[in-house]
Amino acid sequence: MRLNFNINSETKELELKTNETLLDVLRNNGYTEVKCGCNEGECGACLVLLDDKPVNSCQVLAMSVRKKEVKTVKGIGTLFSPHIIQRTFAQAGADQCGFCSPGMVIASYNLLRENPNPTYEEIVEGLDGNLCRCTGYVKIIEAVEESAELINGKK
Amino acid sequence: MFKYVNKPIEKIDGLALVTGNEKYTDDFNFDNMLYVSIMHSGFAHAVIENLDDSPARKTPGVAEVLSYKNVKQILYTTAGQGFPEPSPYDTVLFGKTMRYVGDNVCAVAAESKEIADAALKKIKVKYKRLKPLLDFEKAEGSKIIIHKDDDAFPKIPVYYDASKNMPSKVEADIGNFEEAFENSPGKIDHTFYTPYASHCALEPHASVSYIDNRGRLIIISSTQVPFHVRRIVSHITEIPISKIRVIKPRIGGGFGGKQEVLLEPIVALITWRTKRPAKLVLNRKEVFKSTRTRHQFRTNFKVGYNNDGEISAFHLDALENSGGYGSHALTVLSNAGSKTLPLLNKIENVRFTGKSVYTNLPCGGAYRGYGATEAYFGFGQVIDMICEDTKQDILEYYKKWSIKSGETSPIFKALGEGKEGVAMTITSTSLDQCIDTGAKESDWYAKKKLYGANSEMNKNNRYKKGIGMAALMQGSAIPEIDMASAYIKMNDDGSFNLNVGATDLGTGSDTILAQIASEVLDTPVEKFIVTSSDTDITPFDVGAYASSTTYLSGKAVQKCAEKIKEQILKVGAEILDSKIEDVEIEDSMVKIKSSSKGSDQEKISFEDICRYAFYQNNQFQIQATASHVSPKSPPPFAAHFAEIEVDTLTGFIKVLNYTAAVDCGTPINTTLAEGQAEGAIVNGLAYALFEDYYFTPHGKMLNDTFGKYGMFTAYDIPPITVKLIESYEESGPFGAKSISEININGALPAIANAFYNATGKRLFKAPFTPEYVLKILND
Repeated sequence: MRLNFNINSETKELELKTNETLLDVLRNNGYTEVKCGCNEGECGACLVLLDDKPVNSCQVLAMSVRKKEVKTVKGIGTLFSPHIIQRTFAQAGADQCGFCSPGMVIASYNLLRENPNPTYEEIVEGLDGNLCRCTGYVKIIEAVEESAELINGKK
Repeated sequence: MFKYVNKPIEKIDGLALVTGNEKYTDDFNFDNMLYVSIMHSGFAHAVIENLDDSPARKTPGVAEVLSYKNVKQILYTTAGQGFPEPSPYDTVLFGKTMRYVGDNVCAVAAESKEIADAALKKIKVKYKRLKPLLDFEKAEGSKIIIHKDDDAFPKIPVYYDASKNMPSKVEADIGNFEEAFENSPGKIDHTFYTPYASHCALEPHASVSYIDNRGRLIIISSTQVPFHVRRIVSHITEIPISKIRVIKPRIGGGFGGKQEVLLEPIVALITWRTKRPAKLVLNRKEVFKSTRTRHQFRTNFKVGYNNDGEISAFHLDALENSGGYGSHALTVLSNAGSKTLPLLNKIENVRFTGKSVYTNLPCGGAYRGYGATEAYFGFGQVIDMICEDTKQDILEYYKKWSIKSGETSPIFKALGEGKEGVAMTITSTSLDQCIDTGAKESDWYAKKKLYGANSEMNKNNRYKKGIGMAALMQGSAIPEIDMASAYIKMNDDGSFNLNVGATDLGTGSDTILAQIASEVLDTPVEKFIVTSSDTDITPFDVGAYASSTTYLSGKAVQKCAEKIKEQILKVGAEILDSKIEDVEIEDSMVKIKSSSKGSDQEKISFEDICRYAFYQNNQFQIQATASHVSPKSPPPFAAHFAEIEVDTLTGFIKVLNYTAAVDCGTPINTTLAEGQAEGAIVNGLAYALFEDYYFTPHGKMLNDTFGKYGMFTAYDIPPITVKLIESYEESGPFGAKSISEININGALPAIANAFYNATGKRLFKAPFTPEYVLKILND
């Protein structure tokens, strides 16, 4: 069936089946920026914002979010109009293979929106649901710290 | 001084990655595509007596079923290595014998994943269950023979004895170990165990294939080795190499796990038979169970030394659990010796004996560190034991006895990769400075004085602190075997296409290789359009493994760019009406030497040079290709320092600080080099403290999810300090060596040594779980 969804501030008609997860529906309809690392809600690669709350999209049925605003990493910023967090991630080398990056960016965005001045502990807590095997998290944490400073105009 | 290398340049794909713009294998979809699901064996050891796929075939939407019944039984190795592979040909794509829980039974291709999964369940398989062999220490000569009647054979003339469950055996013997050990006043004889591990690349293995307009097979795959994939798929499917094109898009991490040809032959066969696109993406459980792992190892060290700590006899005996198949069995085993023993090159009597055995457990394969990680666990502790026993300062000890520039080790020649190794002399090392820097950064001497099992602060304290270190080496590419090549052509705006076979798995090699070309041609990195890893378009490269890309592919790019430079100078001189020896390249221009920049008559831009070459006189395409094979494998070196706190009540080890000082020659991209080190360190820490495979009594992996497996999150990491201590390796591009693997080797020995410093007890088995730590503390 085809139903309307609100994705990245646009109304889109998506093809779906009733039993499909939001992750599958998004990916099947071209939103491949949402990644599938485990499909078990443990890696955070499929993280999206649902009404501004971070959710592993592999754990949510698409049908249940029809009335909600879905935001993927492209809703935060795009190649030609990147968000400050994305800009900083790329500059800091917080991206290696990049597979965890969309989820990491969402987690960081959510963290900084709720807490613009996070401590180190608050940052690692905020990223705790997102796995990365490449970076060892060091440059990701640095990128979040740097983003916070830029967002707060301290730099 | 460098202009474009040795700089923290942003990855050329960075912004595309973090905005979700880049495409990975599973992001490619094609009309009329089939979805493939695999049935994996639930038995560790069994023979299929019958497989009835007719219920699946009758299921609406099912297009093809692959099993031993309709797949030719062609032996190969899944190891994506150079040809002929040093791994035995002991695998068939779909056979009748199941050799571990996760082995391939059959595959279904259907209109949707749901149909494929449902159809798989309808396939009736009758197994004859065999007794599994699950203890690798009892595998040699066991009555249970894992590769019995399958005609498995080694592709190269090396030891292989299936009747003894032994896919490989490696030995090297220098001097007279027995006599020297016998006569040594100090003796060590200890055995260490390292566990299985999963690579945990965030992107699961994935392949998709289709037939192009002219009938050729195109495979898009998450692989580290596209050229090996093309060759091995051709071997298994009997589709000519000329009909196959392999493309590696962005890949979500590899770490050795994707140096393995697992899915490509399956989608290839389905597409070739049905003429329809086919996609196969594993789920996480399948990645854990059915793909490849780090080999489980037992290492024994017999070491004889005198009262000054000088080692006269050193014997490393390694037993490697290869699992059901012998992928990378020989070479990982060999590297356990060849990447550790040369570090202390002055030992006169050195012996390495290694055996690899088949079991009915998951298959080993390539994994970052590749045998060195497994061996350094014991190696680093043995050196610490000697220093403790003879009251040596371990830092001075390593400085005194480690291999130096101008020196060699007989091990380089004695231990090769399936053949004799390559003798080489070290031409770059900053290990001594790494040790000094690491000591300073970790506050080694002050903490060493403060801590200790009998120190005031530790003696009666539940929480005991300790500090430990280890010195390390690895290699850079496989000498005289690995080949890389590059192609560059110039465009009429002064930009260049740089086509490389090299495989960027997220390491940033596309960027690093562009930086190297930039440096040669004195033109910005943005001027290079990098295309990598497409067997139709890019020249050959063995792929991303053995810490080779920067060192080996980088040198090919450097050589290629030098040729381009010659051509540009020639055209520039022609335009400027000068001689080639009188012109030089500067800032994307050719100018007359010693001329001032201001004069238009004395300089010509790259853009004008290319336009001239395209359209005006003596027209030709400025283009070149170059290949590189290295006569040596210069080791990177590192010194790692771990400071820990042991909770003696719970057995929990907390890493307080981790410091690594690393010599990778010239780091071509400082940010990316640090990132390689940090990533490897954290993977090493998790391997030392948590990661393991737990099995049922029947050989089924129990902890096959991220949650149960224990990979670190940002929350788990200690403060990590990485210092790049440059040296200059003359055989590498602009002095570069490798950095990708070495730093995974330090956590095991450094933490274990810190544990000894804190508690006076030694750890012989990884991971250092609270349960194991308590057992050791209470012993």
